[in-house]
Amino acid sequence: MKKVEAVIRHFKLEDVKNALTEQGIAGMTITEVRGFGRQKGHTETYRGTEYQVDFIPKIKIEVVVPDAKLPAVLDAVLRASRTGEVGDGKLWVSDLSEVVRIRTGESGENAI
Amino acid sequence: MKNRRIGWLLSVAFFVCVFFFWGNSPALAVEEPALEVASAAPAPAVDHGDNAWMLTSSALVLLMTAPGLAFFYSGLVRKKNVLGVMMQCVFLMCLMSVIWVLYGYTLGFGGDAIRTPPKWIGSLDHLWMRGVQAEWKDGQSVIPLHPALTIPRLTHMLFQGMFFIITPALICGAFAERMKFSAMVVFMILWGTLVYCPLCHAVWGGGVLQYGSPNAWAGGALDFAGGTVVHISSGVSALICALVLGKRLGYGSEPMPPHNLTYTAIGAALLWVGWFGFNAGSALAANGLAASAFAATHLAAAAAGLTWAGVEWIVRGKPTVLGTCSGVVAGLVCVTPAAGFVTPMPALLMGAAVGVVCYLACTAIKSRFGYDDSLDAFGVHGVGGTLGAILTGVFATRATGAFIDQPLGLLEGGRVMAAQLLAVAVTWVLAVVVTFAILKLLDAAIGLRVTRQAEIEGLDFSQHGEEGYIFI
Repeated sequence: MKKVEAVIRHFKLEDVKNALTEQGIAGMTITEVRGFGRQKGHTETYRGTEYQVDFIPKIKIEVVVPDAKLPAVLDAVLRASRTGEVGDGKLWVSDLSEVVRIRTGESGENAI
Repeated sequence: MKNRRIGWLLSVAFFVCVFFFWGNSPALAVEEPALEVASAAPAPAVDHGDNAWMLTSSALVLLMTAPGLAFFYSGLVRKKNVLGVMMQCVFLMCLMSVIWVLYGYTLGFGGDAIRTPPKWIGSLDHLWMRGVQAEWKDGQSVIPLHPALTIPRLTHMLFQGMFFIITPALICGAFAERMKFSAMVVFMILWGTLVYCPLCHAVWGGGVLQYGSPNAWAGGALDFAGGTVVHISSGVSALICALVLGKRLGYGSEPMPPHNLTYTAIGAALLWVGWFGFNAGSALAANGLAASAFAATHLAAAAAGLTWAGVEWIVRGKPTVLGTCSGVVAGLVCVTPAAGFVTPMPALLMGAAVGVVCYLACTAIKSRFGYDDSLDAFGVHGVGGTLGAILTGVFATRATGAFIDQPLGLLEGGRVMAAQLLAVAVTWVLAVVVTFAILKLLDAAIGLRVTRQAEIEGLDFSQHGEEGYIFI
């Protein structure tokens, strides 16, 4: 089992969600996050005082997938979230040792 | 728990006052000579239209403090202090109202304001609402009428009382995010008593700054709705507060952007609406003068919002929401002393001028001198009020009918300018000296600032044990 975490642009959320659903992904979790990469931040001005805002808002999606589905899921997320401009975000994949469905107690890939 | 002791002390003092006053007032009411009800031929009567407008205006002015100012200011602080600022506004609505009916009104307006007004401070005629409240006299109910107006004394008292609330609340912008709540409470009681009441008497109660008063210096100054009494006094005191309290922890090194400008925009809009009560209501009747003041108020606000945003657009490339809102408030401040004395075109000019001047005050001047006036109470109210008082000396005209005995502003050959400058100077000096003295006294007695730890935690939790935004 793998966990895919993707930090994406706000306006790409709907596209990514649809692309994942098409791949048969039945659940996901999103969080509003702030951070920076190569895009860096921007400046904001309030009554003449300039603030350098380094951490800019993004959306983070987390999905847990069976090993077999990973390539298709990565492909779907990448295609749906890419604009080609700096600031598209990043995704990373990690191994999961256990997943449990709380209602039934099922575990492993059956719980995904 | 020093804070708890102060709370107890204030509560006990309040109840002692109320019981003392209650116990004494019937006896004192007997000494009071009967109000002149039937002096001339037709008994003066309440004008229903005037009274309706003035009661409405009173409610509008209250709306300026909360939700108006409460939203305007609380959006500008960091979110850990949002309740601290709202609390100051709401608490002052309660606190200043009580002081006003106990003794504030009489210090401002006590005495015969028409023939022989007291020179320095109002007489105690209306202590505890004597001669203001409804009375049972000679077998009938009497609601005392204001001797110079067509509204009850009560309406006048309520309307003026709302000014007594918003004025100290304006100061809160300067010490936001760092002043101890208990110290704020004591400061406001003393400030209201020692700065506002004498100034209110000087400008509106027949004192040394009032145009046409027998006590007036240099003939007296024009201040229609409180350029000196409300805005210069609060704005200048705000500067002193910012200087005496010192900067917020991390000022200049940590970012302190406004946490919710949507509140600020809502607050500015509510202030604009409430200001119609403040300025047009200061005609003290529902007449043509009120309409004239209403128009001047509206147009100055509009012009100042445009110029502040315009300057930003030129200088920084983008017009901002905060800039437009600040401009609107600055315009309203500037036109306050002039509202009933200027026609629409000068009002537009005044708005345009203050938009630029206050923009500079809140940006260039503040950063040049490095004081931490957290929410620009001085930059907008002190500077805008001063400019307004001076420009009133330029643009005031007999045409609006407020005073028709002689030319007023420089443009029509009048001579009020000297008195305008004098009133500005007197207000500045009074505000600076008394505010400084009160703050130093309080600092020595109970301390002004919250502890370092409390300031880092935020005032919402450290002063009130609550949080503005709870995520469950």
